Amino acid sequence: MATTTTAAPTRRLGRLERAAVRGVMVREIVNFSSFWRSSTFSSTVDPTIYLLAFGFGFGSLVSTVAGYDYIDFVGTGIVATTVLFSGAFPAMYSTFVKYQFQHTYDAILAAPVDTEELVTAEALWIAARTGTYGCVPMLVAVVFGLDPSWGMLLVPLIAALAGYGWASFGIFIAAKAKTIESFSYWQSGLLTPLFLVAGTFFPLDQLPEWARILGNVNPLYHCVELVRHAVFGFEGWADVGHLAFLVAFALIAWRLAVHYMERRLIL
Amino acid sequence: MPLVDDQMPTIERDDREISPPTPTPTAPAAIRLRRVVKRFGPLTAVAGLDLDLPSGTCVGLLGPNGAGKSTTMKMLTAQAIADEGELEVLGFRLPADSKQARAQMGVVPQLDNLDVSLTVEQNLLVFAHLYRVPKARRQAAIDRALQIANLIERRTSKADELSGGMRRRLLIARALLHEPRLILLDEPTVGLDPQVRQELWALIDRLRSEGVSILMSTHYIEEAERLCDSVTIMSHGSAVAVGAPQALIAEHAGAEALEVYGSPTRLGQVEAMARDRGWRTRRTGTSVAVLGAGDAADGVLEGERRTTNLEDVFVLLTGEEIS
Repeated sequence: MATTTTAAPTRRLGRLERAAVRGVMVREIVNFSSFWRSSTFSSTVDPTIYLLAFGFGFGSLVSTVAGYDYIDFVGTGIVATTVLFSGAFPAMYSTFVKYQFQHTYDAILAAPVDTEELVTAEALWIAARTGTYGCVPMLVAVVFGLDPSWGMLLVPLIAALAGYGWASFGIFIAAKAKTIESFSYWQSGLLTPLFLVAGTFFPLDQLPEWARILGNVNPLYHCVELVRHAVFGFEGWADVGHLAFLVAFALIAWRLAVHYMERRLIL
Repeated sequence: MPLVDDQMPTIERDDREISPPTPTPTAPAAIRLRRVVKRFGPLTAVAGLDLDLPSGTCVGLLGPNGAGKSTTMKMLTAQAIADEGELEVLGFRLPADSKQARAQMGVVPQLDNLDVSLTVEQNLLVFAHLYRVPKARRQAAIDRALQIANLIERRTSKADELSGGMRRRLLIARALLHEPRLILLDEPTVGLDPQVRQELWALIDRLRSEGVSILMSTHYIEEAERLCDSVTIMSHGSAVAVGAPQALIAEHAGAEALEVYGSPTRLGQVEAMARDRGWRTRRTGTSVAVLGAGDAADGVLEGERRTTNLEDVFVLLTGEEIS
């Protein structure tokens, strides 16, 4: 018995296996079939209300902003708001509920799934939803006068990329949180300011310098710019920069989420 | 997205044996722990634990609350990482190769973690994916698990409409989808009615008779006595006794116990008398059980003779009553 050799009839399993990621996503999709109505409602109706409120309210005061018709300006910028609402918030709450109250992750990690695969799958699934939801208020804006363009076909991809970052960031927040109440600090202290200083409803260039600087490190701002330029015409290297920022944000948030979830889930 | 897939090896279920391997002298133990230590800050939850589970047997992990049973269970799935010691599950070293081990083991948790808004069948479908049951076999695996757990009639019920016993059976069914070689049961019948508990015992006994290796943590002594080939009694993070239930009883508690009833004062005197004669005692509320006295107690102590049980051993070794 003392000479037990390492029996390895199967090859060593690697990191980030497709089978594991798919398994976790299947769980999400099957669950989604039971709550998609409420989720879709809250993720799309909120931004649409913002769109209409600002569009009619602000739009009656100003006709053009930063060279755009106001409906064009806000109808494209609103995509980033949807990304935040349908990316970060569901990630925060559902992650916390799943490990703290439902013990779902205990069950998943007892299967051949590692934390990295779990986090990646959760973020990918939320990103897929965000890519879809992100377009809804923009399509509403089309009804109110935003001209359709071929570039709009890229918007789901941009929204999904930004959504992956925000979903990862939400998972990171949940992994750090001791109680669900502590989400208020993140929401009021970080997410709400970022939501406002993103160039969605008003351009950043008339703001004080500190707000412009804050805007430039705000992933939402880069999402807003990239979506706007996708719809109305790309601006070369500037857009490469916006894209690079979103990719970097997604990668950093993803690694943070994996790291802190490992600390949280593995004793 | 950095999803590496095609070049990475995945488990091909078809490569695997379906029937559990017959225990041969060269077959690795299902579980082998050596000098395992796990600390949480100043608290040492597991303190040098040795544990062996020969393939195809059922081993019970017995101990009072806080003895380190749950931590041990978590280490076996690499949801807790040992600070020291060697861990091997199904021949795989932990934590490095834990994922391979997890692919061939099923875990029934103490806390119910079903997806309550899903149906019985949907719960199983999700885990058929997580356990990588190939598409062609998925439905058959679900049907088989439903049949074993006697839940065929409830396949379309939502999990939160099930009774406690049914939910526990569903948790067991979920752990059997991929025909695991090893099953971990963490307090499988805690909080259930006696009758439901017996149903589960029958289910566990059936799995054992099919050659599945089982590790079961429990603090129901009767459960361990009925189901386990061997028990490991844990106290303060390490094993204080290991053996077949009957052997442990014979070794530590003798053949018979003398149950002496009386007032608290009287019981105190009985304990003192027994101590003087070198007999071991155990207080059970209204009585004192005197162990190892045999016929020598005749004429000294009046009481009821009864056969000893594993509970006597447990209390003698851990110094704690069963809650």
